[in-house]
Amino acid sequence: MTTSPSQQPVAELIGVTRTYRMGSNEVRALDDFTFSFGRGEYWAVMGSSGSGKSTLLNVLGCIDRPTNGVYKVDGVSTHDLDDDALSELRSRKLGFVFQSYNLIPQLNVLENIMVPLFYQDEPPKDGEERARTLAKRVGLGERLEHRPTELSGGQQQRVAIARALVNHPALILADEATGNLDSQTALEILELLDELHAEGRTIVLVTHEHDVGERAQHVLRLKDGRIESVQRGQHSKAGVRA
Amino acid sequence: MTSSSLGRTVRLGVSSLMLHKLRALLTTLGVLFGTSSVIAMLAIGEGASEEAQEQIRQLGSRNVILRSVKPREDFATGASQSVRVLSYGLTEDDLSRIQVTFPGVARVVPAREIYEEVRRGDRAMNPRVMATLPVYRDVTGRVVSEGRFLADNDEAGIANVCVLSDEVARYLFPFASPLGEEVKVGADYYTVVGVLLSRVRQKSDTPKSGAPSSAEVFIPLETGRKWYGNMQVKMRAGSREMEEVELHEIVVEVDASENVPMVAAACREMLSRNHKQADYEIVVPLELLLRAEETKRIFNIVLGSIASISLLVGGIGIMNVMLATVTERTREIGIRRALGAKQRHIVSQFLVECVVLSVGGGLLGVALGLAIPAIVEHYAEMRTIITPGAPILAFLISAGVGVVFGLYPAWRAATMDPVEALRHE
Repeated sequence: MTTSPSQQPVAELIGVTRTYRMGSNEVRALDDFTFSFGRGEYWAVMGSSGSGKSTLLNVLGCIDRPTNGVYKVDGVSTHDLDDDALSELRSRKLGFVFQSYNLIPQLNVLENIMVPLFYQDEPPKDGEERARTLAKRVGLGERLEHRPTELSGGQQQRVAIARALVNHPALILADEATGNLDSQTALEILELLDELHAEGRTIVLVTHEHDVGERAQHVLRLKDGRIESVQRGQHSKAGVRA
Repeated sequence: MTSSSLGRTVRLGVSSLMLHKLRALLTTLGVLFGTSSVIAMLAIGEGASEEAQEQIRQLGSRNVILRSVKPREDFATGASQSVRVLSYGLTEDDLSRIQVTFPGVARVVPAREIYEEVRRGDRAMNPRVMATLPVYRDVTGRVVSEGRFLADNDEAGIANVCVLSDEVARYLFPFASPLGEEVKVGADYYTVVGVLLSRVRQKSDTPKSGAPSSAEVFIPLETGRKWYGNMQVKMRAGSREMEEVELHEIVVEVDASENVPMVAAACREMLSRNHKQADYEIVVPLELLLRAEETKRIFNIVLGSIASISLLVGGIGIMNVMLATVTERTREIGIRRALGAKQRHIVSQFLVECVVLSVGGGLLGVALGLAIPAIVEHYAEMRTIITPGAPILAFLISAGVGVVFGLYPAWRAATMDPVEALRHE
């Protein structure tokens, strides 16, 4: 298992600016932002609220478009893609883990895990097989038929992680993934993320909690839409474990 | 969209709707009533039109039928006496005027009605006994099921023969063929020479118009004239009534159907000039058809309006509920978009829900719509006909309502900004 970035970064931002209009003011949520997230890296993005970390995550997740600049996922520039192509990109290359789990209430565990596959233009044939394996992996193999409301917060977040893995994404984006959980459950989720890193997955975790951020391999701090500091590699637990 | 993903979308739609069962049920009501009105409308309209055509077939579309009608009481003479003579109705003069002077008339058939009981052994009934000419059957298009109708030599020989309608035949001769048997009409015996198929009883054959019921007995005109004369006694509870009527019915056959209105107008004109009181009526089957068509048109307008208003209101109801649902499920839309749903996936998801609602209403409406004509038929004695196309049409309309009124909510859902939608609480 390597901790050094491979030739091509998974996510590359070049001079990305994202501005919002708030009344008469123009807010620069991201300001001429240039950065690369290398393959197999585990990054924590930290910063106070309003620092631009949510906007960064949205741009990385292709649900928001930069006002200016170039964003490439897995070598593909998103600039010229239309809504359909961006959606397809999300369903193939990205995995989302949200703070409030965001499972779909009408669907059971198995169906929730498979949602990203439903939306691919050519869904894989082994989708259900993958979902079962992942459910087992996150410890919910016995609860495939349960609805989200019948699960605890930690269990729901495990389902969400399984869902984020089902499409074999190039990049996993986690937004305050432990924010709604008690410390013991949060720890379990973080250990799960460590495992994923150890398997060579690329993870970007947005958090404002220090101890959560410290567990990541690298830490990127934002302030006012710019990079405040970049802290590389001192807590490479996963690498050690591997 | 592949069939399996459509199946999944439909299942998802149904399970989303099932989260709010009562809401879904109430939402479908508008479409339900709209659809059932469409089916009822088509069934009643079809029935009315079929009935009118049947009537034409039975009365003869080229015929004009004149009938004697007893005038209202205040025109009667000697009303205070217990025995009174009522003189009214069509006359032999009327008959000959039509026969001799009217252009466009092919054949004219007079008929007299004889108020006598018909008996065989201890079985008795009161059918309409008609004394008429052999050509009556041909002009009115009646069908002989056994034996023959009256013939010219019956007429010439003033024969005591009769033809029964099959209702009479069945009652008087329940176990055997009546041919060659004798029945007693009033005081005289008549030999049965034939049986006619009964006419189907029509809605317009109200007793008031003196129209025939299906129990009929026919005897030669001359025989009737000879034995019964013009003066007849009608027994009533507490009184006897003398009636003097020359002819009870004249059937005028017109040579071509385009001449029917002309001949009908001429008959009206001639009768109103020669009769002081309204002691006759004129039935023109062609006019009945026009009237039936008019009734059908009015029915279609009324029910069509109800149906379209119901469908419109039902559609708006669906749209309203779906707009609320879209707002309620903004977060779900955001999640789905983040996970890779394209706009068309969101559109189809909500559109399918709308269509499931409206088609659900449509199916219930078809069931109700099939029941309504049966109820109408039972209580209003109107004929209704459900063509196979009607439920299919109604069903397609209901599905169309779902698509039309679902498009806007679905479009709203699909064009939401995913970032905003995800932030929605």
